[in-house]
Parts: sequence; structure tokens; C-alpha cells
Amino acid sequence: MPQSLAQKIIARASGRSHVEVGDVVTARVDLAMIHDSGGPRRVEPILKRLGVGLYDKDKVVLVSDHYVPGDTEEGAAILQLTRRWAAEKGVTFYDGEGICHVVLPERGHLKPGMFVVGGDSHSPTGGAFGAYMFGIGATEMAGVLATGEIWIKVPETIRIEWSGTLGPRLMAKDMLLAMCGRLGMDGGRYQAIEYAGETVRGLGMQERMTLSNMAAELGAQAGLIAPDQTTMAWLAEHGATDLPDPAHWQPDLDAVPDELHRFDAETLVPQVAAPHSPANSAPVDEYEPTDIDVAYIGACTGAKYTDLKAAADILRGRTLAKGVELLVAPSSKRDQDRAADEGIMKVLEDAGAKVLPNACGICAGYGSARLGEDVTCISTTARNFRGRMGAKSSKVYLGSPYTVAASALAGRIVDPREVGA
Amino acid sequence: MTMVVPRHRAFVFGNDIDTDALAPGQYMGGGIEALAAHCLEAVDPDFASSVQPGDIVVAGKNFGMGSSREQAAQALRHLGVGAVVARSFAGIFYRNAINLGLPVFIATGDTSMLRPGDAVEIDIDGAALLTQTGRIALEPLPYFLLDMIADGGLVPHLEKRFAASASPKETAL
Repeated sequence: MPQSLAQKIIARASGRSHVEVGDVVTARVDLAMIHDSGGPRRVEPILKRLGVGLYDKDKVVLVSDHYVPGDTEEGAAILQLTRRWAAEKGVTFYDGEGICHVVLPERGHLKPGMFVVGGDSHSPTGGAFGAYMFGIGATEMAGVLATGEIWIKVPETIRIEWSGTLGPRLMAKDMLLAMCGRLGMDGGRYQAIEYAGETVRGLGMQERMTLSNMAAELGAQAGLIAPDQTTMAWLAEHGATDLPDPAHWQPDLDAVPDELHRFDAETLVPQVAAPHSPANSAPVDEYEPTDIDVAYIGACTGAKYTDLKAAADILRGRTLAKGVELLVAPSSKRDQDRAADEGIMKVLEDAGAKVLPNACGICAGYGSARLGEDVTCISTTARNFRGRMGAKSSKVYLGSPYTVAASALAGRIVDPREVGA
Repeated sequence: MTMVVPRHRAFVFGNDIDTDALAPGQYMGGGIEALAAHCLEAVDPDFASSVQPGDIVVAGKNFGMGSSREQAAQALRHLGVGAVVARSFAGIFYRNAINLGLPVFIATGDTSMLRPGDAVEIDIDGAALLTQTGRIALEPLPYFLLDMIADGGLVPHLEKRFAASASPKETAL
């Protein structure tokens, strides 16, 4: 029987030669990722109640990113609890190094063929590395930490093929918003998405991470990209050891997806999602003049090195429109350091950006920079639900770092292709 | 044939009810009590104050979309919601609900004629939502998930298993 990539990974994790779509199996978890918000403070009381420890401390990675920098008493207490738990359990812990979805890949933790769970809804990011990774809640995570196992229903596969080359000032975020616009937020009914085609193969790893991450916005459980030389080169550069043969983790050529969608990069134009859903995506030139108060370059899908560089390409030598606030929260310390070394951070700051800590920040609804009443924001983040980033009356538009930076210059939502090089 | 008389009320919602509506981020610090008090207020300000134990939430497509925060399901359970019936669920919410012992059912039959306040009941054995005028088919849950819900969710379920096992590490979910 031909197998999708999802089936191959789940079959291996559940100790079977193959699995069929719809099978419910128990799988061994290769790695469990948790963060300060849904992690120790939520799982430890359950582990205590069960009277058990971790199934394998070497298969747990903890990241503090939601309450960083702990600027409230509550946040500080949660971070302290997180640190104590990490020390007590002896798990790998990245403290204030950046957002979990960016830190795990950059430390070489995610590899093709792995079966991984994360305590956060954007965990499909691991799919960029050919890992079957998905988000679960804290109670279910406690079950995984106690047993090393989880039940899973083998998903159908949606194959999304992209042909052509992305034009100037276009990014993975535009691709994803276009997919959300066409397929809707329940376009994936908890299936596995396989992103494929020459456009996807032409993307670097951080851009692929944005695609996989936002498989969550398409309603999928996982967002897989079969590993290739780009994947393997990144892993080698980022300290991953015991690398698998990427040939083992390809979908069978004759595996028929349950759904197939085709997109053309050649005809893609910058996309913007209107409040209050990523599915409200449309080409940027279809928007009536829309003034903005805040531009936010942040989150796992919008402030990685590649994103910061894109924003700097727009902002270099320019200054923000009067009255516009540009907030930049680099996704990880490493990405920020690299951007600083290359002068990118200085470009952003010279343009007028305020730099925030390497953390989830207002994307997750935390921190002191939350949006006030009636504020209109354009953001590089993954989702724009009502009230998520601040007051219920605030409005959040989503766009690529190019589009957000260009809009910050203009004071209204604009096509980044209108800003000269 | 199970005889179940509809005696709870339906609270009817549309498509794409998200986790921020179910468990608003700004009340996260206040514990489940506070979250539950604001549950769904963005779409129905009276929901939390009027819902009674056993009442059933009926919704459209993609219920529980958004974040992995399980307080979204917990808030409903805290308010005593008897079950959620929807055309489809966001996957993480669906898993969280079962793990927390909140019954969730995918409606395969048409729920569009239901009105807020209609008398309804879940017939688990018959996999149906009973109304005063008939039955709406639901997708049956696999037995082990019903077991988990009956135990009160994943934690009590694991407690039972661990208690019954001499070697907890070997216990399957």
C-alpha cells in the first residue's frame, strides 16, 4: 500500500509496518516540547496526582517564551516555577532564548521522521523538518510526560502544490494567507497537509517554518514538508546529530492524497487578512485606504531572521509615518544577534522601531504592549482573532514583514511593491 | 432503544467559535472561575450567567478553533455544560475536551432547525441528539474515548490505570 509521509511517520512511531487513514493507534513520542505557559505549572500538579515522573527526561525540551520577560508579579512567579522545575527534572531548558517554535529547530532538535508533540497550537512548525509534530493541551501533555505515548487517529492527507517562483516582496506569509483565503480555517479538518512543489522547495528553512506553523490556521493537525538538501544542510549547520537518510521520509510516489490543491506563485500578490480571521485574506490592492496605529513584527511566524531582514529591506534609510508605532519582537535571541551583526537591527531602530524581548509578546495576548481601545494594527503574526492582542475594539490585519514594514512607513496598509528598493 | 426525554436547553452558536471567545486571554490570570464567567461573552454576553448544568452547546463548523489552551474546554465544563454538538471541531479543542471529560459530538444530521432554548438531550448509546420533534444523528465516539469521558477525563483515567498496574511505565493510554 502506498503511504503518505504522515502515515510513514505514524506507522514507525506506533511500531507498525503501515497504517491506514482512520486507524486509531498509540504512538511513542520521540520528543515533547513544553513552554512556561502550558508547561510545568500545568503538568506538574497532574504528574504529582498520578505519582509518576517523566517518561524520559532526555525527550523533553522546555522553553520559556510566553511570560518572558516576567514583567508582572504573576509572570515572574511563573518563570521562577518553570526554572525550578527544569532544574529539578534535569530537562533541556532554553530560558528567554526565544519562541519555542524557533528555538527547537535552531538547536537541531527536530529531524525528519520524528513523532513530536508540543504544548502549543503552532507546533506543526516541526513539519518543516519532515517531523510529524502537533499541538496538544496541558492535560494531554501530562499524559505524554507520564507515559511517553499518545493516541492518534491516522489523518487524511491534503497535498498543496505550489508552482512557479515567488516574485519580489513576496514571502511564505503571503502564500499561507492566500491558502487561508481560498481554503478557509477549516480547510484542513485536522488532516495532515503536505506542502510540495517547486515554490516550496525553493524556500529556505525559516520560510518553510512559517508555512508549517500556520497549517494550524488551515485547521490541519500537521504541516509536512518532505526533507531535501535544504533541510539536511540546515540540520547539519544547526548541530543536529544522527541525521536520518532523507530518502526514508518521502511520501510514496504513488500515494494518492485525499485532497489536492494547486497554487501558482507566479500570479500571487501580497496578501492581507482583515479582522478577525486569517481566512479574511485578500490581495493587498483590494483594500480601501486603511490607516494604522501600530505595526507589529513579532511571533514565530513573523520575526525570524528572514523576517527581520525583509522588514529592514523596506525600512532602510526611511522613517515611520507620524503617529505610527512599530514594535519588533525578534523570534529568538540567535536571530536577533545575527540580525544585529549584519546591521539589520540598527536599520529597524533607526527607522523608529521599538525592540521588545525575544518572546511571544502580544501575539499570545501577554505583555505590556497589548493593543488599546480602537487601535488598528497590522501584524506579521499568525492569527488576528478579536481581542487576542488587546482590547476587543482593536483591529488586527495580518501581512508579511514586507507589507507590515511598508504600511508602517505609509501609515496605512500598502502594497510593499510600491516602496522602492 | 434508549428512552431519553429532552430536558436540557440548547445554546445555539454559529461557525468558527474560537478559543479566545471560550477562554478570553485577558482573564487567564484569574483562574477557571473568572474564565468561565467570561466564557463566550464576545458572542453571547448572557451565556455564562444563564447556562444550567446539563445544557447543551450546539454550534456550526470548526468549534474551538485557535489556541491549544484547554481552559476553552474547561470553562464549558466548569459551567456544567453537558455536551457540545457541532458540525465539526478544531482538532486540539476536540482532544482537550475529551481529555477533560467534556463530551463532544460531531453532528452528522442537520442541526439548523434548532433554536436557542429548545429542549434537547444526548442519547450516547444511540449516538443522537434528541429534540422535542426528533433525533439528530451524531458520529459515535470510539469506545476508549467514551471510557475516558466516563472516567472524567484523561487524568482520572490514567489514575485508574496506574493504580491497577504494578508497573506504571508499561501502561498504555
